[in-house]
Amino acid sequence: MLNNQGRPTRSGEASTADVATFTGNRALDMEEALIFETGRYEATGVDIEEPAPFASRLGPHARRGEIGLPGLSEPEALRHYVRLSRKNYSIDAGLYPLGSCTMKHNPRLNEKMARLAGFADIHPLQPTSTVQGALELIDDLARTLIAMTGMSAIAMSPKAGAHGELCGMMAIKAAIAARGEGATRNVVLVPESAHGTNPATAALIGFSVRSVPAGADGIVSPDAVRAALGPEVAAIMLTNPNTCGLFEREIVAIAEAVHEAGAFFYCDGANFNAIMGKTRPGDLGVDAMHINLHKTFSTPHGGGGPGAGPVVLSKALAPFAPVPYVVATDDTLGLIEHGKGSQAFGRMTAFNGQMGMFVRAMAFILSHGADGLKQASEDAVLSANYIRVCLNDLMSSPYGDRPCMHEALFDDRWLRETGLTTLDFAKAMIDEGYHPMTVYFPLVVHGAMLIEPTESESKVSLDLFIMTLRDLALSALGGERERFAAAPRLAPRRRLDETRAARQPVLKWTKPAPA
Amino acid sequence: MRYLPLDSTDRALMLARVGVAHVDELFADIPADKRLSALIDIPRAKSEIEVERALASLATRNVAAGSVPFFLGAGAYRHHVPASVDHLIQRSEFLTSYTPYQPEIAQGTSQVLFEFQTQVAALTGMEIANASMYDGSTACGEAVLMAHRLTRRKKAVLSGGLHPQYADVVATLANMASDEVNRLPPDILASEDIAAAIDDRTSCVVVQTPDFFGNLRDLAPIKAAAQAKGALLIAVFTEAASLGLVRSPGEMGADIVVGEGQSIGNALNFGGPYVGLFATQLKYVRQMPGRLAGETIDAEGKRSFVLTLSTREQHIRREKATSNICTNSGLCALAFSIHMSLLGQTGLQRLAKVNHANAVQLADRLAGLKGVSVVNECFFNEFTIRTPRAAGELIEALAKKGIIGGLPVSRLLPEAGLDDLIVVANTEMNSDADRAAYAAILAECL
Repeated sequence: MLNNQGRPTRSGEASTADVATFTGNRALDMEEALIFETGRYEATGVDIEEPAPFASRLGPHARRGEIGLPGLSEPEALRHYVRLSRKNYSIDAGLYPLGSCTMKHNPRLNEKMARLAGFADIHPLQPTSTVQGALELIDDLARTLIAMTGMSAIAMSPKAGAHGELCGMMAIKAAIAARGEGATRNVVLVPESAHGTNPATAALIGFSVRSVPAGADGIVSPDAVRAALGPEVAAIMLTNPNTCGLFEREIVAIAEAVHEAGAFFYCDGANFNAIMGKTRPGDLGVDAMHINLHKTFSTPHGGGGPGAGPVVLSKALAPFAPVPYVVATDDTLGLIEHGKGSQAFGRMTAFNGQMGMFVRAMAFILSHGADGLKQASEDAVLSANYIRVCLNDLMSSPYGDRPCMHEALFDDRWLRETGLTTLDFAKAMIDEGYHPMTVYFPLVVHGAMLIEPTESESKVSLDLFIMTLRDLALSALGGERERFAAAPRLAPRRRLDETRAARQPVLKWTKPAPA
Repeated sequence: MRYLPLDSTDRALMLARVGVAHVDELFADIPADKRLSALIDIPRAKSEIEVERALASLATRNVAAGSVPFFLGAGAYRHHVPASVDHLIQRSEFLTSYTPYQPEIAQGTSQVLFEFQTQVAALTGMEIANASMYDGSTACGEAVLMAHRLTRRKKAVLSGGLHPQYADVVATLANMASDEVNRLPPDILASEDIAAAIDDRTSCVVVQTPDFFGNLRDLAPIKAAAQAKGALLIAVFTEAASLGLVRSPGEMGADIVVGEGQSIGNALNFGGPYVGLFATQLKYVRQMPGRLAGETIDAEGKRSFVLTLSTREQHIRREKATSNICTNSGLCALAFSIHMSLLGQTGLQRLAKVNHANAVQLADRLAGLKGVSVVNECFFNEFTIRTPRAAGELIEALAKKGIIGGLPVSRLLPEAGLDDLIVVANTEMNSDADRAAYAAILAECL
């Protein structure tokens, strides 16, 4: 076929896979050297004038010799990082169905608000009279999160989900010690399906971990919990909705059993996005729950943090909340920075927590309002179920046809005859322009594939995703192994040799020896 | 609602496909008496304009550091961040990506982390560094736990020059894990005899330089004393820019180095998010907490980067992990790395020199005021002054006159009897006019 200028509109039949280029680049996909290979020690992209001569007060502590840090001019730096950025998948570029991670849209308004000088350019130790607006924002967000969860108090300072878990478990440990049971209650119950952070957190502060099995239906039964409870049990750490994407429907009975045994109920709130405005953890008997502001309230994941993990607390745990916290006195807000004379268990971090994340989360909450947050949860759950029903004739669900919450879980039984693995399937998704779902988690489900679409996808986007996964599934079941075994074929890199990385760790650049 | 793409037609079609009449049927597992029937008690959705107004009105009620002569540090420092840094970290591909768990489509983040680790190792003079921690204080807590694992001992000795809130974080963790902490009294003059506090049960000594009061400390004798007892030296810094001018902790023999990286590339943010730096020697890598990026090759032999040695981490090892940490401070580490790439050692050294020169000027100016003395012999960009009037009152009085004059030590150490001390920082952001204004108004307030 020719266009009206007589030029061919097709470039021929050759595959692009074996096209070699001089640079190793493939058009817009460019190879990029390390800054240590291109930068120079004498170069700098920041103009700073040498100060006038002065008498140093460094004494004998002055540094001698090279540091070993190359510099780049601004255009070189821009090009380096822009080229690198283009090797990353991102929410802004496509559906990012990572179960348990809640990769929802990150509104740019939130970025703009967090950069207002009145939030970004204030110091954590300024006189409190000069940061009344900041304290009010923290207080507003605290009250909002308490209202959404039906709890009594909140610790705002934890810096991530796992840090929030640590904070909640420390509050529980302090409460138990205050009852004089510190020496005897030292076991924490953790279901097998839990995030790895749960047992790691418990172990970090000296608890031993006892596993609780989930039933064949994917949820924990009160009987299983009762069987594991005893006078030595300090707490249970239960994720709800759980990591299989199911609501723990026996949660009230479990909470009652836990409380009757004198233990506390820690809820991992990683999946709070499914239930905003639908139910409140405080009404379900939860004593402590962290809220991942970077998941539910859309502070950007940033390639792996920073996050924020405030922890809501029940009345029983409230007195043990760590410093700092905001208090209202007359017509001003104050900051309590010392716990002496109170039951506060201590301090999780220097300063006041992740203010930058608080501003973003507040912008997200104000934008949605009570109505929008409820709608967001409903859309997230509806979208996950839509994906589930559109795929479950081809892919196998470990817990049958029951509705899921905001993520749809499949296992790898349906792949058994194909000789392909969950990993193969995931890597083939990359060639189709999708980030894979969470794979091999939860550990209790063989070859797990956990798909969380969030509320941010249009129906057109969901339909294309479903059609793509159906096409891949049919191809897998039809024996087209090469589409999977060699995948990804079109990404900036093929599969990586992860064993080599771990066996012969190269953790930084070192200057090559002269030839 | 502008962030929700589904409309009522879409929802109806999807509900029909799922086979339910109403979305509430999908929430049937929530016990009926625990389902909310009314909306939660917060306001309804707001437009972008309304949200901007609401938040801007809160922001304007804060005194932004850039709007006044500003001399506060004490663990968080106001430095200039080149415009390109904030532009680059807002690239969608950096801002809205997850941890690089699928490395084939995350080489951008993976390579950045590898470069970051190399920069941190060079800066601290250590063999390896991880991909960052939440902040300096939590990195400090993790370093102590790591030393306990390495030495199989459970007692930490904390220098009296350690930032009090860092010491609080360590003490809180220790209290919870039934570990021992010997927290030495505040050490204004860097004159404590830390060697005397190290015994056979000591796993580590934690020493900060420049310390909380601004003093520069020689860690080499402390390393020798620790080593003699089989204990490790953990070196701490809260001002990363100091490393452009002062000896690196690695050079002085540190076994583990932790610090706050906020100074490079990151704003004050009222205390967070920041970026914890964590470096050590290669032989200790298996006990190191946090993510690590490493070099490898792909199936075609091309150099690639990937998160590695994850068998230390919670998602594999669960309760046997080295830490419960599940994230790093990725975007802040990126900001650090970009700013550091722009600076290079040449820029960093000049930046550090300007900071030091400005601080010396200010120290001399303030020391000339009647009744004011500078307590430090050696310092970088921060020092402590003794004042004839209670420091807390002075700082309030200065604030009323539009100067943020530093940190009254009593705010963080209320019971130490150190009511006449102010920790004063001076960076490249302070002008001669700022310093003159500070000295003049401080003189008025004395």
